[in-house]
Order: sequence, then C-alpha cells, then structure tokens
Amino acid sequence: MSYFKKSPWIIHYDGSSCNGCDIEVLACLTPMYDVERFGIVNTGNPKHADIFVITGSVNEQNIEVVKNIYHQMPNPKVVVAVGICATSGGVFRECYNVMGGVDKVLPVDVYVPGCAARPEAIIDGIVKAIGILEKKRKEMDEKG
Amino acid sequence: MQKRIVIPFGPQHPVLPEPIHLDLVLEDERVVDAIPSIGYLHRGLEKLVDKREFPEYVYVIERTCGICSFIHGLSYCQAVEEMMKIEVPERALFLRTIGSEYSRLHSHLLTLGCLADGMGFENLFMGFWRVRERVLNRMEESLGGRVIQGTCKVGGVRKDMDGEMLERMKAELDVLDKEMKEMTGVLLRDDAVKYRMKGIGVLPKKDAFELGAVGPTGRGSGVRIDLRERGYAAYGKIGFEPVLETAGDCYARTAVRCRELLLSTRIIRQCIGKIPDGPIETKVTGNPNGEYASRVEQPRGEAVHYAKGDGGRYLKRFRIRTPTFANIPSLVHMLKGYELADVPVIIMSIDPCISCTER
Ligand code: SF4
Repeated sequence: MSYFKKSPWIIHYDGSSCNGCDIEVLACLTPMYDVERFGIVNTGNPKHADIFVITGSVNEQNIEVVKNIYHQMPNPKVVVAVGICATSGGVFRECYNVMGGVDKVLPVDVYVPGCAARPEAIIDGIVKAIGILEKKRKEMDEKG
Repeated sequence: MQKRIVIPFGPQHPVLPEPIHLDLVLEDERVVDAIPSIGYLHRGLEKLVDKREFPEYVYVIERTCGICSFIHGLSYCQAVEEMMKIEVPERALFLRTIGSEYSRLHSHLLTLGCLADGMGFENLFMGFWRVRERVLNRMEESLGGRVIQGTCKVGGVRKDMDGEMLERMKAELDVLDKEMKEMTGVLLRDDAVKYRMKGIGVLPKKDAFELGAVGPTGRGSGVRIDLRERGYAAYGKIGFEPVLETAGDCYARTAVRCRELLLSTRIIRQCIGKIPDGPIETKVTGNPNGEYASRVEQPRGEAVHYAKGDGGRYLKRFRIRTPTFANIPSLVHMLKGYELADVPVIIMSIDPCISCTER
C-alpha cells in the first residue's frame, strides 16, 4: 500500500456496545495482529484522528458525544462502524433505548460485519477506510 | 475554605475503554467528591425477555458484556434450569466450569494489561495481551468463539470437548502458567508500579463490607466473598481456596487478580482430571414457572440473575445485578482524598465493566 501519505490514526468510541467488539478493536493493536506496524495508532484525541471507529449502536444519551467527536475531527475523515450493533442495532435493535445503527447520525463509510467482529475483519475494514480516506483527501486537494 | 473546582472525567477518555462519566470535585489537586453519571451504554436488554423465547434469550444475555459473556450465559441457564427443575448432566457442568475459568483468565489478563497501559507501561500491556491471545485461541477452539461463545444452553452445553482437545489444553496450561508468572512478576515487582499503587485508593475491610464490595475489590480488602465456594456448576467438586489480600489498596486488588490467574489454571487442571463421560445436554420440555435468583462469581465479582416465569414461553421478569454496579459505591469512596493523577489508576483497579453495569 504505497499510497499512504500519513500514518492513519484511529479514534475509538464505544457507543452502546456490549464490549465484545471493543476488545476486538483493542486486540487489533496488540502483538498478535499488531496494526501499529502499519503506523495505525489508537489515539484518545479526536483532533489527531483520521478514522473514527465506532462500536455499538447510538442512543439518546450518547448521540451528542458521537456527534461531538465527529465534528472535532479534522477533514478528511472516515467513519467505520464495527459490529452488527453499529450497523443496525443487531441483537439489541428491539430494545427501548437503542435508536439503531450509527448511520442514523453520521455518514458511515465502511461497515464491518460480525458479532463480535473478528480482528481480521476489523483490519480489513480499516484498510478499506484508508482507501476512502485517500480518495477524500484527493478530492479536497482538487477543490483547493 | 479553598476554592472547589469540578473536572469532568469521561465519557470519552483515553484510559477508559468504555464510556462512564464522573464529575470530580477538587480542592487543589485533591479529590473531595466524585459524582458518577451513567447511561451512555444503556440498552435495556432485560426488557427484551418480552420478545425472545426463553431458550433464545441466552444469545441476548451473553451480549450483556463481551468480557464475561460466558458466565452471564451460564448464570441465566442456571436460573431457568432451577425453575424448570432440570438435571444438567455432570459432564456439562464440568465443561461449563472450564469455560468459566477460561473467561476469567481472559478477563483478568485484559484488565491487567489495561491497567499497565493506564500507568504508561505500554510494553507490559502488549505482553499481557499477547498471553491473552493464547487463551482466546483455546476458547475459540473449545467453546466456539473468541469473545462471544454461545456455548451454554438451557439444559446443558452445545459443544463437547474431546479427549484430545482436553489433553492439548492441559499441555498448554503449563506454558500459560510460565508466561503469566513472568508478566505478573514484572508488574508486581516494579518499583514504579508499587509507587503508583501502594497506599492509593485504600478501602478498609469494614468499609468494603459495608459498601458491599464484591469480587477482587472486596477480596483485596480481605472480605472473603467468592461465590465459587458455594459450589455452583462443578465448583463443589473442586478443591480451592479463594485468594485474599488485606491491604485494600490498588496494589492489593491487582495482586488478587494476578494470583487468581494461577488459581484459574489450577481449577481447569482439576476439571480436566475429573471430568466424567456422558451426555452434554438433557432434553428440555415445558416452560419455566416460578422464580429464581442465580448467583455466580464473575471475573469482577458476584453477579445475580433474577428470573421469573409464569409457565409461558416468555419470561415475565428478568433482572441482573452486575459486579461493577455493586462496586461503584466503593469506587466513589476510594477516590476521595487522593490526587487527580491517581484517579485513572483507582478506576482501573476495580476493573470497571460499564456495559455490564448499564445493561
Ligand atoms: S456486534 Fe455483538 S459483539 Fe459487537 S458490540 Fe454488538 S452485541 Fe457486542
């Protein structure tokens, strides 16, 4: 993947997930899968991040937090919804406090399926997101 | 009087994998009060019993929390089985016990890693998680999933472990023991770790008891509370001593977890030695009627699953009290009087699991 201009940094936020997907996202960063070797770093600061990885669905309480993080991220940015909860609400879609997938509030670029999503699938999703990020960057550059 | 300031902590914070919000009231650098507010993760899955038939609901209950998923499933099945008076085959009980202890291993390794990361020991974090992958591989092979397994079902378990697999697990336990001893040794012997954790977040035994601390949080203060001693699943046929520490500080709680890792492998070894042959499930007929509160020991402490049925396919009422929920009063108590910089370590030392708490 020679088109990396910058190491893509991710920020991870846990919507109302069950933790299953969160720990798999974390597992991607650890020695077995180790995405850090590609320069992908998990940051806690939205202003440093390029890719917003979100697990779990949205609800009344966290909707503002999710939007806030998204708006604090600099352009271009990509949203990756990890797990079936973030995609559609999943097993919890009929719960009274679950509004549904993340696409109810944010434009989602990549959906990663699975419950829990496997680290391999998450890495695939991030790689896809990097492609989209590059494309967005190019479009931005062309517009000037 | 000094001026007080309120610092918001969370919901999105680098040391927190999950969202919880605390308002920290400070005088200079000292925390005088902490006001937790929760609700970022609430899903309302207890209400879902209205919409899922009782055998199906196991899938939902397992997703209460992705870390202790197996034990949630076990506890729910136990509650329903007690209501329906189902005899679970012996072999299934042993398989459930093995599964529980593997979950405990993976959970403790995870949290020790996160704690190390919270203190800035990134290498140690990676080390713990590397060992954890071994556990996860075994879990995937034997239980059918890395974090969410779906192994338990009402009346038994879904998946058997054959002799060859058990032998392989047993052989790997020695490797695990060796690696875990190495990692926990590094963590517990390090001077910087001691400096950051000894005498920090002290919870005296009396307070721990009065505030209802459970699990390693209680045991770190010397309260003997380990539900495994009540002998649910196959624990009654296994000999073990709960791990206790007395200091009640962050270091003691961490030491409890470190020693419990080795306890878990001991229990698994005994299970593999004693597991009888036979069927792994019984046929379930009829519907649950009555009520039952099932108590189990999760990695973070005691969880209570209350279920009530009226003879229909759907349960009438279901409720969970999770360990972190029980530990939050202790956490608030621990935070008072320590410096702002200690807050992340104290929070990590109770091993909070917010998605359990909020369900
Ligand atoms: S998709 Fe499954 S594993 Fe992931 S957060 Fe949702 S319920 Fe948990």
